[in-house]
Amino acid sequence: MVFGKAIKRREDPRLITGEARYLEDLKMQGLAAVAILRSPYAHAKILSIDTSAAEAMDGVIGVFTGKDFEDLNPLPVAWQITGTENFVNPPRALAIDKVTFTGCGVAAVVAENRYIAEDALEQIVVEYEELPVVVDAEKATHADSPQIFENAANNVCMDWSIGDADGTEQALNSADRVITHRIRNQRVIPNPMETRGCAAMYQPMTGEYTVWMTSQAPHVMRLLMTAFVFGIDEMKMRVISPQIGGGFGAKIFLYPEYVLVTALSKKVKRPVKWMETRTENFIATTHGRDHISDVEVGVKNDGTVTGLRVKTYANLGGATSTIAPGIPTTLYARMLSGPYKIENIHAQVLGVYTNTSMVDAYRGAGRPEATYLLERTMNIIADELGLDPVDVRRKNLIESDQFPYDPKILAGLKYDSGNYKVALNRAIEMVDYDGFRQEQAAARADERYLGIGFSSYIEMCGVAPSAWIGMQGEGWGAGLWESANIRVHLTGKVAVTSGSQNHGQGHETTTAQIVANELGIPVEDVLVQHSDTQGTPFGYGSYGSRTASVGQVAVYNSLQRIKKKAKALGAHMLEAAADDVEFVDGKVFVKGSPDNAKTIQEIAGAAALGYDLPEGMEPFLDDTAYYDPPNCTYPFGTHICVVEVMPDSGEVKILRYVAVDDVGKVINPMIVDGQLHGGIAQGVGQALVEGAVYDDSGQLISGSFLDYTMPRADLFPNFELERTETPSPTNPLGVKGAGEAGTIASTPAVVNAVVDALSPMGIKDVAMPMTPYRVWKTIQDAQSNGGGH
Amino acid sequence: MSLFPNQFDYARATSVDDAVQQLNFDTKVLAGGHSLIPALKLRLSFPEKLVDIGQIPELKGISANGSLRIGATTTHAEIAASSDVQAMCAALASACGQVGDPAVRNFGTLGGNVAHADPASDPPTVLVACDATIHLQSTSGSRSVKATDFFIDLFTTELMDGELVTAVEIPNMSGYKMAYAKLHHPASRYALVGVCVVLGMDANMCSSASIAVGGATVNAVKCHSAEAVLVGKEINNDTINAAAEAVMSDISDRVLGDAIYPEDYRQAMAGVYLKRAVKAALA
Repeated sequence: MVFGKAIKRREDPRLITGEARYLEDLKMQGLAAVAILRSPYAHAKILSIDTSAAEAMDGVIGVFTGKDFEDLNPLPVAWQITGTENFVNPPRALAIDKVTFTGCGVAAVVAENRYIAEDALEQIVVEYEELPVVVDAEKATHADSPQIFENAANNVCMDWSIGDADGTEQALNSADRVITHRIRNQRVIPNPMETRGCAAMYQPMTGEYTVWMTSQAPHVMRLLMTAFVFGIDEMKMRVISPQIGGGFGAKIFLYPEYVLVTALSKKVKRPVKWMETRTENFIATTHGRDHISDVEVGVKNDGTVTGLRVKTYANLGGATSTIAPGIPTTLYARMLSGPYKIENIHAQVLGVYTNTSMVDAYRGAGRPEATYLLERTMNIIADELGLDPVDVRRKNLIESDQFPYDPKILAGLKYDSGNYKVALNRAIEMVDYDGFRQEQAAARADERYLGIGFSSYIEMCGVAPSAWIGMQGEGWGAGLWESANIRVHLTGKVAVTSGSQNHGQGHETTTAQIVANELGIPVEDVLVQHSDTQGTPFGYGSYGSRTASVGQVAVYNSLQRIKKKAKALGAHMLEAAADDVEFVDGKVFVKGSPDNAKTIQEIAGAAALGYDLPEGMEPFLDDTAYYDPPNCTYPFGTHICVVEVMPDSGEVKILRYVAVDDVGKVINPMIVDGQLHGGIAQGVGQALVEGAVYDDSGQLISGSFLDYTMPRADLFPNFELERTETPSPTNPLGVKGAGEAGTIASTPAVVNAVVDALSPMGIKDVAMPMTPYRVWKTIQDAQSNGGGH
Repeated sequence: MSLFPNQFDYARATSVDDAVQQLNFDTKVLAGGHSLIPALKLRLSFPEKLVDIGQIPELKGISANGSLRIGATTTHAEIAASSDVQAMCAALASACGQVGDPAVRNFGTLGGNVAHADPASDPPTVLVACDATIHLQSTSGSRSVKATDFFIDLFTTELMDGELVTAVEIPNMSGYKMAYAKLHHPASRYALVGVCVVLGMDANMCSSASIAVGGATVNAVKCHSAEAVLVGKEINNDTINAAAEAVMSDISDRVLGDAIYPEDYRQAMAGVYLKRAVKAALA
């Protein structure tokens, strides 16, 4: 059984040795470089652009402005949330009349090399008329704030509500206590190791484009570019994602630069390439999170939550990114029950434009924001009622016998399976909670401040079914099924092509494990190909922890049909009836006679040669499956963080990090551990160090790695990870997904721990990121207020 | 916005004389390049020509003859690992060992560091506290400037156009208790605050004190009133706390800040890290 084994990732040798070919490695005869002039202002009218000096420079092939691309449509907004009007304002290849955020592209140079192109950018003269700026989402909704778009009054893209307003009102009115607080989930910048880029080649004789781009979803990019922007036949464009150096969601979307570069290849009749600099990446690639939420929670005195009302301002930035409206709605507000039985919930979400970079999905996408809100709320309830934070969670967690559980705000979907308290109890045992409380008390006597923080979470992976998420349901402008093709070659070697896209998740390894497991062949005999619209079946790409629970189920389903055919052919070769044989470990034999067997390799050979097949059977073992799941999957778990805070400097040290996760059946434990390690690091990064900072004029202050802090290894202790395994009943593999769990769970665990450490000072909250300065300032303020509150 | 420098010429100098012959207003000296190259890439600096001093033998290495003499192109890593530096100026070895990350320490040089005079840098703080001397040369000859006079302001020093830092000289500090304590910026790893203390101790009594603060300030600042608090006194929590208060006032007109780490925090941390430095020096 290779399913479930911790085999090493087959991707790693090429990544570790530098053999992998990224976009920047792409070289072509005649390849020209593209550089983009970006707006230095966050909000301004473009009065004029003079490109003449740049055009006159040696080595400059062409200089272009937004007007040169007026024939192309604006980028499509592929997810517009149903139930309310979406006042969308997607970007164009280049801005034409107006810029709405710093970094918005206004002109482009194509030159013989990037150095010349950058020199030419300095010669372009743009006359701007500056307009007033707003960067804060709540402030942007005020009537006296600058209006960014004509179609979006008070800068609101969409005003969307779900849940039972009356029931929640009644629950709050009849609660023993109503606790109100404001939760800020700050803006973070994804910063994948590889920045974005795009290269394109246009062949005039055939009218075909070949486009290489750093995309998590090449098929979707082709669809959006051809059908919505260029208005050409989809067969006229091939999209290839080469090796991708991390995406974290930010490489899902169609970006202006991809449209620009593709169009430029036709305009200059040369292959062209643009590779984003890190400086550009900070402002031109989408950001994540950025919510302000007002929370009212009704509780009984024993800690039972009876009602939750939330109003959230979700900052969308200075244009509508590809799926931005769906993130703070379906993927956030519909998750506000979390792992808890909360009878009455009402949520209002305002998607708000500001003069900042676009915001869209970032690892976890909505679910971290929901989890942060709930897990901080659980701690605040415990604090207000004088209860233990673990007891408040136990009081409200959904019981194991309540599945499938309908949280009512999930538009008809139900949580598939769970053992939430089992995971919580194991994590508490691992951390030795009682022992820690004693250690904490002893440390406080020495003026040392230790704290412990809990986070119980659920996630929603493999977002589907298509009928639920699609246009008639949540407003996603497509389905979310996945595909796989299996071909068993003459020698018994297997080629898998899929519409999923691998950018760090190890799909080539885990897909090979599933194939090897089902067909009883060595894992080395499986080739997994993806990320090229030519030669792979259509798929929606990889994000939202969906490849295991959707894409790899398509692989599994295809393999069942391959096995059925192999069985029939094996029976024919054994001169037996198809019903009399079985397929076990790669061999077909008459039941009870395993010694006289035909191997899958022999059967594949016979199928490929095809001169002796049962009547009516087509040659070759080849099958394509399309899988549309009946539900999402719902991983869960509990994370616990133990910290020490230095009260004089505000520095926070993580002493222990304990987690018990349940991601359903595990295909490869080493890969799941790796996903959790990385995910936890990103979530802790948001808690402690990461945060985009804008000044009032819309300039990104934290616009480089000098000021924007990424989590580093020295921030972390060794993670103490365990898993429980509750298979998902949603799919035949029993898998749930593991790509985002760490990011979703970890952020509130750290914040709760720091607040717990500082609670003797009367401190009830610390704003993220909890930098040394923030923590110090919080302590200073508490002390100057005579002990806080 | 750019990460592609403007065009420039490049010349590799073979000797100090060759280098200074080539220096003028439109040239920049390339040593380790770890400050200069990013500035070029960001087009914050656009010299016509780089003069590479990396292959000049006389600028390399550490000699210890009564005092420490460290050649300008000696790397931070070499200084941190030097047993002579560890013995004669332990705080400098410590500070150089905390510059940036291993790649920066393996390329970045002490001469480049002092010439660049980044306020957030570590070594200048130690050089000021240790009363080091910076040796300079130009076509018109050589001169020496005390570190306390050399660092003037943000990225501003006594260095004149056409002048090259050739070496840094530090007295033998082995008779003193010393330490460098640093609060690093979590992103850049530069010093938000760096404090160097050099204490002459006679049993528990402090007979002399030299204290400098960098990182938090526009340039490394000598903290005279904090020194005065300690000299002639027993070092205990009371005197350390008093010295911390004094440090905060010594730097008060030189404090730097930004939106993420404001002035008040950096000033307070100078006091906190003074305490940590004193305790480390006496440990």
